[in-house]
Amino acid sequence: MSTALKAAGLEKTFAVGKPLFGPPKGLVRAVRPTTLEVGTGETLGIVGESGCGKSTLARMLVGLLAPSAGTIEIEGEALNRADPAEFGRRIQYVFQDPISSLNPRKTIRQIMEVPLRRLHGMGRPAREQRIREIFDSVNLREEFLDRYPHEFSGGQAQRIGVARALAAAARILVLDEPVSALDVSVQAQVLNLLARLRGEFNLTYLFISHDLAVVEAVSDRIVVLYFGAVVESGPAERVFSTPRHPYTRLLAQSAPVPGRPLTAPEQKDTELPDPLNPPPGCAFANRCPRATDICRQEDPALRPMGGDQFAACHHPHEV
Amino acid sequence: MSAFLKLLFRNRLAGAGAVVLAIIVVLVLLTPVLPLQPPNVTDTADRFLRPFSEGHLLGTDHLGRDLLSRLLWGTRLSLAVGFAAAIVAAVLGAAVGIIAGYFGGRIDNTIMRGIDMLMAFPYILLALAIVAALGPGLMNALIAVAAVNIPFFARNIRGITVGLAGKEFVDAARLAGLGHGRILLFELLPNVVPVIVIAMSTTIGWMILETAGLSFLGLGSQPPQADLGSMLGEARSAMITAPHTSVVPGAMILLIVMSINLLGDGVRDALDPRLKSGALSRPMAATLVERERVPEARGEGLLDIQELQTQFHVGRRIYRAVDGVSLTLEPGESLGIIGESGSGKSVTALSVMGLVASPPGVITGGAARYKGQDLIGAKYPRLRSLRGDRIAYIFQDPLSTLHPLYRVGDQLAEAILSHHSVSKAEAMQRAVGLLEDVRIPNAENRARAYPHELSGGMRQRVGIAMALANEPDIIIADEPTTALDVTVQAQILALLDDLRRDRGLAILFITHDFGVVGQLCDRVAVMYAGRIVEEGPTAEVLDDPAHPYTARLIACVPELGQGRREMAAIPGLPPAVDNLPEGCAFAPRCDKATPACRAGDIPLAGTERRRVRCIHPETDVEAVA
Repeated sequence: MSTALKAAGLEKTFAVGKPLFGPPKGLVRAVRPTTLEVGTGETLGIVGESGCGKSTLARMLVGLLAPSAGTIEIEGEALNRADPAEFGRRIQYVFQDPISSLNPRKTIRQIMEVPLRRLHGMGRPAREQRIREIFDSVNLREEFLDRYPHEFSGGQAQRIGVARALAAAARILVLDEPVSALDVSVQAQVLNLLARLRGEFNLTYLFISHDLAVVEAVSDRIVVLYFGAVVESGPAERVFSTPRHPYTRLLAQSAPVPGRPLTAPEQKDTELPDPLNPPPGCAFANRCPRATDICRQEDPALRPMGGDQFAACHHPHEV
Repeated sequence: MSAFLKLLFRNRLAGAGAVVLAIIVVLVLLTPVLPLQPPNVTDTADRFLRPFSEGHLLGTDHLGRDLLSRLLWGTRLSLAVGFAAAIVAAVLGAAVGIIAGYFGGRIDNTIMRGIDMLMAFPYILLALAIVAALGPGLMNALIAVAAVNIPFFARNIRGITVGLAGKEFVDAARLAGLGHGRILLFELLPNVVPVIVIAMSTTIGWMILETAGLSFLGLGSQPPQADLGSMLGEARSAMITAPHTSVVPGAMILLIVMSINLLGDGVRDALDPRLKSGALSRPMAATLVERERVPEARGEGLLDIQELQTQFHVGRRIYRAVDGVSLTLEPGESLGIIGESGSGKSVTALSVMGLVASPPGVITGGAARYKGQDLIGAKYPRLRSLRGDRIAYIFQDPLSTLHPLYRVGDQLAEAILSHHSVSKAEAMQRAVGLLEDVRIPNAENRARAYPHELSGGMRQRVGIAMALANEPDIIIADEPTTALDVTVQAQILALLDDLRRDRGLAILFITHDFGVVGQLCDRVAVMYAGRIVEEGPTAEVLDDPAHPYTARLIACVPELGQGRREMAAIPGLPPAVDNLPEGCAFAPRCDKATPACRAGDIPLAGTERRRVRCIHPETDVEAVA
């Protein structure tokens, strides 16, 4: 399996409260140095709660945001400048809110034509042909092309979003919470479509979600983010069934399952660390039942835990 | 376009303005071909002729020139200059605003501070200064008026653009290979055009006045050329002896500016998206009730909802959001209503206390009895005394339900004070107690925090504390954990469950999540297209669903620990509730549907304990009981 996407030491720091001149009041490390590798045809699930940096990471990977440090390599080629047009031919983004990702004043045809014309310089007949093919493969009727975005349901709009990503002929798609705005009965339609397209076009997915069950159902490998850093990674079938990092375990226990008695899996007064004033050592230490002195002093590095699992923890759970 | 005109002319004043303006515009366009006397030929023998004199319908001015002719030529000029200035100001202002709003950061700062400086001068002084620098003349007056109005457009457009530039479609356009210039022109501009039109329609009148003002001072049109301002200026010295020379141009200015402003207001209202949905006014304090008959009281439960029907009347369409829902809630019970978006679950919950926005919402039938008393159609003071006191709500998004400008402690105290006559200090003390009850650490300090200073989970705890403030009998929770992370959701659910057991609260819990219902609710009702399709004890419904919709919906929900797999889906979409099929609303998506399913009404049948609205249920609900 060749490598589709490789990010090494990718990092993003935002300045907060910056006056017109002079240094900013504080720095927020939205993404701490992160290294990722995704093989061609693989689906990598990225899981984390709000504020963990998953969207910032994704925006860097598609060139919408310049990283503060680190390198991105797509299909063996280093892309050093955050230029979305340069990235767009190789990697595309499917957005969380399907309706707001479509310009309300343009018809679907106008929206679909842009990547074909701008990224691939196709003429009119070639464009029409290609749009027909793509619409066919995402099960959308051609008559939709002359309608406006507000005429579509969330599920249809999300399929249009996928169709636009395919139009750019990118082989890697970043799917940022692609089904969390949809109802469950429609969510499955979109997920199954994505699975079929992946096989058909040999696509590589980075699937970002906060819904653990969905991520587990679609991914080959999963990485868990907490406070801007990877805390655990491994094969999808192992990460949630045998979590090594206490945070992954907490996530897995928090997912509501019918019939399981309602008990808060952690202390009721725990809070997330303050990004402007991060604690020394492990960011999870103040929520962690296993934390000891070393956790509050030394930030653990990601290390192998056996069975292709990696975790950044001083006191990982045993299998 | 025809819809726009219809909306516009629904506003009578705007229509009148449009008619007057149209007459004036037609007149000035025809001026060169009308049989008028030349406007600039003087005839001092006939000076100051009164109106209706021979050969001079409106009389003559101090040089004996025909006033009618000068008025029409002058109006022509004034209108042209006013429109030109408006267009110049709109184009430049919009360009500046859209650039500042899109790029943001330092570019935005630099541009907008420049605009602020322009605004810091009184506009007429600024215009005077510009004309003084450029020299008098109509062209220079136009430049001055346009320049003075640029900040208004720039600030308006920038505000709209900042909101649009953060939208995902702009990111998508960048990824599709569009550069900044093309994004500004082809993605953002079409979205701000309505705002530009609105801003123009409300400022053109001003600009005509400003141009007239400069001409009045002798800085605009130069003699002998007439425009409305210079006509007024020249008539000034004869105001007492020959008032008609000032009244004629003055009246024209009045007509033009009034008609343009009336029309402009109409255009603004017609283009405003909030008015397009048919909601022309603020919602009423309680939902409109238009019931033909009230169902007999059954005398059951703490809260008894009977055959509730809530509709939305938008134009000629009727959306049957809730169509005959009956539910009972016992003291201390937790009842879940589960359904997809548009199934009517939230509208059911909001109807109980008359909280559905009217217009367009109307409760057209049924009853909701709290301890035997009907809440639907109850007088507003009665509803108000119950809202938040006996029946309290928790909403989905605590950030938008808490007031951003008040401290959370004060908001909690207000909730107590509006139902109990206690001192402010006592209410505050109880507020802190409530925050402790919902396990907010360091409650004393947190009471002084503003909503934005709290995390999402903490804010929702405040929302729960507010619902508990007056120790209600019933809490209606509308998707209270949907906006929260899973670890926080688990804490909030555990908290609600504890509170319910400690205080004997009855909870009506609205959600789309089977996992949540399964953990918190004793009984569950499944809604589809405004109706309950299945009802029963939670465990039985989840383990052994009777309605095909419930069964297939449960199959769609992925569960943790099942590994990688193909997911079950329900083909098609839920029906639109303004056009429901006959018979079972789920039949078009159901693989068990027979012709009988599509004919006639299907009742919610079964036992007290377990009911289903289906002729081909997955399990026999009567046998289970």
